[in-house]
Parts: sequence; C-alpha cells; structure tokens
Amino acid sequence: MSLTTADTKKIAQLAKLNLNEEEVALYTTQLSDIFNTISQMSAVNTQGIEPIAHSIELGQRVRPDQVTEINQRDTFQRLAPDVEAGLYLVPKVIETE
Amino acid sequence: MHNKTIAQLANELSTNRISSVELTQLFLDRINRLDNTLNSFITITTEKALQEAAKADSLRAAGNTNPLLGIPLAQKDIFCTQGIKTSCGSRMLDNFIAPYDATSVIQLQQAGTVLLGKTNMDEFAMGSSNENSYYGPVKNPWDTRCVPGGSSGGSAAAVAARLTPAATATDTGGSIRQPAALCGITGLKPTYGRISRYGMIAFASSLDQAGTMTKTAEDAAILLNAMAGFDERDSTSVNTPVPDYTASLNDSLQGLRIGMPKEFFGEGLNSDIAEAIQAAMKEYENLGAKLIDIELPNTGLSIPAYYVIAPAECSSNLARYDGVRYGYRCKNPVNLEDLYKRSRSEGFGKEVKRRIMIGTYVLSAGFYDAYYLKAQKIRHLISQDFAEAFKKVDIIIGPTTPSPAFAIGEKSNDPVSMYLSDIYTIAVNLAGLPGVSIPVGFTKNLPIGMQLIGPLFSEARLLNAAHRYQKITDWHAKTPEEFN
Repeated sequence: MSLTTADTKKIAQLAKLNLNEEEVALYTTQLSDIFNTISQMSAVNTQGIEPIAHSIELGQRVRPDQVTEINQRDTFQRLAPDVEAGLYLVPKVIETE
Repeated sequence: MHNKTIAQLANELSTNRISSVELTQLFLDRINRLDNTLNSFITITTEKALQEAAKADSLRAAGNTNPLLGIPLAQKDIFCTQGIKTSCGSRMLDNFIAPYDATSVIQLQQAGTVLLGKTNMDEFAMGSSNENSYYGPVKNPWDTRCVPGGSSGGSAAAVAARLTPAATATDTGGSIRQPAALCGITGLKPTYGRISRYGMIAFASSLDQAGTMTKTAEDAAILLNAMAGFDERDSTSVNTPVPDYTASLNDSLQGLRIGMPKEFFGEGLNSDIAEAIQAAMKEYENLGAKLIDIELPNTGLSIPAYYVIAPAECSSNLARYDGVRYGYRCKNPVNLEDLYKRSRSEGFGKEVKRRIMIGTYVLSAGFYDAYYLKAQKIRHLISQDFAEAFKKVDIIIGPTTPSPAFAIGEKSNDPVSMYLSDIYTIAVNLAGLPGVSIPVGFTKNLPIGMQLIGPLFSEARLLNAAHRYQKITDWHAKTPEEFN
C-alpha cells in the first residue's frame, strides 16, 4: 500500500503534529513501507474469529462508589507550564472585539 | 563484589561482610567511572541511594531479614519515582518530576532495596535499539559499537556491565527479552497483569508489562517475589495467588515437555544462534526433558498485527501530551492549536511520531475494520496457536532474536527492518504469556539469548527451567572484559 503526501499531511493534522516538507516526504515513504508489512493481514481468513482486545479477558472490575483519592491539585499544578489561581493557562481560545 | 548475584550479595550483607552503604558506594563508583562510555543511566540518585542504604543497614541491625534488604538496583526511567525526574527517554518529560511512586517502585522500596538511579530507554519504550532516546543511544558493553537492544537498553547494559546488580524493565513487544539477549543477561517478562502497571508510563496498555533484568533466573525469582501481586489501582491487574518463585527453582526437569516451534528456526535465523539453541536443547535432554516439534503457524502475522494494535493504543495514550498540564510546552504559542502542535512536534522524537501517525491512521474513520478489528482477530489466532501448543508441551523454547547485537546506526533509517528484530518476542505479548531470555552462548564475542515461553502464570516453571540450565552452564556468569 502506498500513501500520498496528502495522506501523510492529513494524518499529521489528526495527530496534532507539525511536519515540514522534508518530514512529510520521509514519513510518506516510511509509513508506506510499514503499511505494506501490515497489509499481509488482509490475506488471512478470519471469518468466524472473535476479535480480542486483551489476552486475558477479566471483565470490568467494579468498586464501591467512594472517594479514595485525596485532592492533590497543588502538587500536580506545580508541574504545569503555566497556572494561575488554580487554573491551567492556555492561549486565548475565544477572540473578543 | 560487583559480579555477585542478588542471592550472593544478600548473603554477604546478612553475614555482615559488607554493609549496604559500602555496597551502594561501590556501585555508584562504578557508574561514575564506567557509564560515560555506555550512557545507560539518565539520572543517578546518589544522595537518595546512600540514605536508603543507611536505612537498610539500621533495619538489618534491628533484625529485618528481607532477602532484598540493602540491595542496590536501578529503575527503568518509565517508572514514576516521587520527587525524581521520570523522563521516559523523552524531551516531552525532560522536566517531569514524578509526583507519586509507581506501585512496583513502592514494593521494591518496602522490600528494602536501594535506588541507584533511572536507566536510559527508547523514548516512551518505542524501539529495539535504544537509539530513540532523547538522552542519546546506549552502548552495548560487549562491543560499544553495537546497540544494547531496546527499549530497556539502559537496564540491560547496566546489568551486563555490572553497574547494578539488577534493574527493572518493561516489555510491550520484546523490550525486556531482546535487550537481555543482546547484552547476555537474564530478562523476565511475566504474564500480562502479574505486576502492577500503576505509575508505569503507558505505551500500549493491553501489552505493556513490567519485569526484571538480572544476572540469573534465581535473582529474577527473588525480585518477582517482591513485585508480583494484585493492585487495585491497576484495572488490569490479575488477582491470583502469588507463589514463592524461589521455592521451585531446583525442581527436577525429568519428563518436562519442551516444544520447539519450527517457525522459530526458519529463514532469517543466524546460524550461530541456531547452533547455540540446539546445544542448549541437548543440555535440557541431559536434564531429563523431552523435546517435541510443534507449530505456531501464525507467528509471521504477529508483526503486522502488533504494528496495528500497539500504535493504535500508543496514539490514544500519547494524546494526553498536549503542553497544558505537565511536560514540554513550546515557546510563545500563538493559539491553542499552535500550542498543541508545536509542543508535540518539538517534544516527541521521530519514532514516537511515526507510531502516533500509524495509530492515528488505523483508527481513523473508514479504516477501523480493515486494520484494528482485523488485527484483534489475528491476535486471537495467535493466542489460539499457543493454547494448542500448550496442550502438547509444558514450555516452548526458541531463540530470543534472529541476530546478535547490530551496529549503532545500522537500522535506524529503516523502521521495518528494526521491527523485524522482535519477530520471536512479539507474539508472546499479543498472547499475554510469560517469557524469559537467558544467555546460551556467543557469536563473534556477542551474546546469544534463548527464550523460554510458558502458559499464563507459569513464571515459576519458566524460572525453574532457566535456573536448572544456569546450574550446569556458566554463560550467565560471563562479563564483558572492559567492565570486569
């Protein structure tokens, strides 16, 4: 399978990655190679085979709906690039006149 | 002293022939003297190590006899360590001081171990050569022109060079077993869910599994005793009893049925490696085991299926790195989109971006059935192959890797050829099985690894088989000359 540079740009946009033209060219070639390997799967007859998401099917564990974690906001916000008054700061999202 | 195993060091400590502080200082000195060549550590925690060692010595004086008390070890830099940089080998987390400890870090602390530092790794555990680290490649102690394997390359190289008696590691597609093989040490990947994933930075959550890098199977058993067990903080932790893994190490192998999958001995396998495995099989026959030819017909499909499933999970897991709450943020973002995109583009390395893009593509609208669903069906076929095989045999043995350590730079521009170096290890992750790699010889002065694979939760049996082999051979005791 061969990807086009347009495919690569679209994937990068979905993945929120910036690529320069050189990277677009490189990734288009490399991703095409990888998808050629992946495409071996299409020849396999998997009719009637159940897909599995995990090797060990455990089911979903449940627990009583009780608070078990303490509030560590200040600790966690010390790691943030930009905070103010307990809020995470990002560039302005809504433009005003 | 640095060539001793954990079991031997425990004996030295308990008979007061050396203190934990002295032992810790000895390894810190070795790291400072020798790691410039290898680059196996990202962070060395000198002060904390000496404090923990002093504490271990006082606990011993007070009567504590835990077999790991005062034993220095290293943590792969994927495990969160409170107050200590936890980078996952990435620029994205270069400034990340973990605010909490991983469960396995706590368990090893409670057992009294001493943290020497955090080991180098492929960025976010994606790689088979340790060339994808933001902190530079790790060198193989047996030949510093070669890679140590990956992604746990720092842990493997540090144990092989005797800079630490043991290290933790993780394995998503072979990241414990492959570097263990390439560095000539013992690498154990337990059953999926056997060791908690809490605080272990996620790559592909249905495959990621913590394990150990040690000199011997006996040491792996000692560490697994401390690390295995149920953790309510990990939703995929398995609640089954944990045996004493050291208790059965010396059990007889009389009548043990060993399966040799023909798919593991076909085209592409280095002939010296094939010979070394055959020689090891002879030893097993001498120990009373029976060799049985088996088939794992879907082995070849494990790489295509893995390179759909792992990147799909990776693209979801790594979506959290957006430059907002922690980790790298680009300079002067002009708007939110720019903040996300530049933080991620500047914070992630090439291989991580490659896998995020593969994952994004296979999960995108219109492609889900053809890729992700198909891969999950093939994952089922691969699991069934093993289930069938384990009706006839107790364990499966084959090579860990098709070739020995390769040169730094040799495969770094060819992702597919890099991916193929995990051909024998990946199926085991897809099926969630335990596997251990042990050294069984050399080719041109580079170590050869042999992989033992067992049914779910058969770690005790695997370590028993590995230990009995190590009792009658000395490949595991060889040390690279420069680091002896």
